[in-house]
Amino acid sequence: MSDTALVVRERAGLRGALGAAGPLVALLALVLLGAAVNPAFLGPDNISNVLTRSAIVGIIAVGTTFVITAGGLDLSVGSMSALIAGLMILAMNTLLPFLGAGWTTVLLGMGAALLLGLLCGGLNGLLVVKGGVDAFIATLGTMGVFRSVLTWVANGGSISLDFGLRSVARPIYYGGVFGVSFPLLALLAVSVLGEVALRRMRFGRHVAAIGSNREVARYSAVRVDRVRVLTYVIQGVCVALATLIYVPRLGAATPATGLMWELEAIAAVVIGGTALNGGFGRVWGSVVGVLILGLIQNILNLSNLVSPYLNGAFQGAIIIIAVVLQQRRKPR
Amino acid sequence: MKRRAFSIAAGAILAGVLGFAGPAAAEKVKIGISIPAATHGWTGGLNYQTNRTVDAMRKAFPDVEFIVAAASDPNKQVNDVEDLVATHRINALVILPFESEPLTEPVKQVRKQGVFVTVVDRGLSEPGIENLYVGGNNPQYGVVAAEYFKRKFPNGASIVVMRGIPTAIDNIRIEAFQKALAGTKIKVLDMQYANWNPDKGFQVMQDYLQRFSAIDGVWAGDDDAALGALEAIKQAGRQDKIALLGGSGMNRVVKAVMDGGSPIDADIFYPPTIIIPAIGLTVLRSTTQAPVQGRYVLDSPLITKENAGDYYFAASPY
Repeated sequence: MSDTALVVRERAGLRGALGAAGPLVALLALVLLGAAVNPAFLGPDNISNVLTRSAIVGIIAVGTTFVITAGGLDLSVGSMSALIAGLMILAMNTLLPFLGAGWTTVLLGMGAALLLGLLCGGLNGLLVVKGGVDAFIATLGTMGVFRSVLTWVANGGSISLDFGLRSVARPIYYGGVFGVSFPLLALLAVSVLGEVALRRMRFGRHVAAIGSNREVARYSAVRVDRVRVLTYVIQGVCVALATLIYVPRLGAATPATGLMWELEAIAAVVIGGTALNGGFGRVWGSVVGVLILGLIQNILNLSNLVSPYLNGAFQGAIIIIAVVLQQRRKPR
Repeated sequence: MKRRAFSIAAGAILAGVLGFAGPAAAEKVKIGISIPAATHGWTGGLNYQTNRTVDAMRKAFPDVEFIVAAASDPNKQVNDVEDLVATHRINALVILPFESEPLTEPVKQVRKQGVFVTVVDRGLSEPGIENLYVGGNNPQYGVVAAEYFKRKFPNGASIVVMRGIPTAIDNIRIEAFQKALAGTKIKVLDMQYANWNPDKGFQVMQDYLQRFSAIDGVWAGDDDAALGALEAIKQAGRQDKIALLGGSGMNRVVKAVMDGGSPIDADIFYPPTIIIPAIGLTVLRSTTQAPVQGRYVLDSPLITKENAGDYYFAASPY
């Protein structure tokens, strides 16, 4: 199977288009269900709310697609986001007395966040690739480290953005152009870039080749180590980008920030048709996966469909159904 | 962390040496403290207040040794309790149980071994296990919330409710809340879990606002969730039409109540500071033989602009 992966990949574009129906069918079914349970579901405000909310985990899931396609795993994304959010807010609050409550301070804070994402992702990548620690264990470790450092910095409480800065940064989440919110635009841009990089560029082919069979990729002169580290760096930057959107929303980071985002991102990636053990990935599928997860929550909140006690069961069932749907369509 | 481990090790060695030197040497009193880790804002504040109190107590009572363990789930807490007894040989245990049921039997065993037991906040499932109970008043918490809406809307209203993390405490509060509203014209449109979490509070509120065109009031159950809900209400521009109540006395919210002008004009007192009297009474009992058996219940009154000053702790992280 793995030896022919490089060849098969070429055909995957066409086959992917045909077999793509799986996650889209699940998405469509959820939209119909939503419209049936509550007329407000299809209202522009509700659609905008859900899409904007989904942008945060959506951008993270784009990075996750790269890591998983290369045969890796990153469990630390939620904790990383909490840490970046906390330190970004601290940086902005610290700069405030010198630069005032304006865009300079906010932009510097954003720059710090991106740098931190780069570093955190790089750390994960080096631990896994150079350190030879299994990805599950390495990122389980950093998951604990990142969140604990934030909890320590925050003294166990929350870190709040200065109120003046909050009103400056607020439009990043709540604003938009032509009725399309900025977070949604960011998600679109990141996913188009991701899709092109993974499916149309040499880097993407290398990522898939490594996920398929690392040794074969190495013999094919792919710079395996470098590409693998890069996937974790991409993940780190995606987490930082998502955090840039997250922070202006509530203006605070708490030890509960980003809780379970890693599982949401991984679930979305698998729902979207990326192979959990690597070798094949599609970014747009992951974005559809995130939208499916977001819609489930939304529909549950908009209806009395199931008892709140059973929300998790409903969510779990939909995830399994979505994955079953897309596997049927995918000849393997 | 490292320093603490060292001092514990040093203490153990010292105790060993003293043990050899002579049985007449006074033994150090050891108090174990077992609390949940910072899984949401309130427990974050709890960890802060615990460490702060222990630091102060260490200075005031050099003969008392404190061992603090924070657990991320009930199972880990059972392990912590076993370790505190078996390896640290504590004389007294101060415990805020993660969950009532799973901790009942382990704490009962601890008591059987002659350890003084102080239970904080979440009671155990069986009466009479602990020597001392220190807690907030959870049924009152729900009742105070209900009274708030009754006073606000004497002619009836439609409200939505956010529940917390599914736990015994959440059930007690919600039950009391519903009971206190029974027979009034205040209608609860829906209840969803928001896990005492601001992000979840934001999301649930956005959806409530889409689902119900007329909402007069929101009980978010907790200040973290209320702050999330507030942003969603602002986004929809309905902050003048909706009364929002959280609970538990987060300093940011108490400040907003004190200053006025916020859509949140009240709060319910239920602060993580309840751990302070629990530790204090246990230390006093161990050092002075003060007879402090019984129940020590702190009220959960409504915080309004008039009394907010009494409940505001500027330095607390929660």
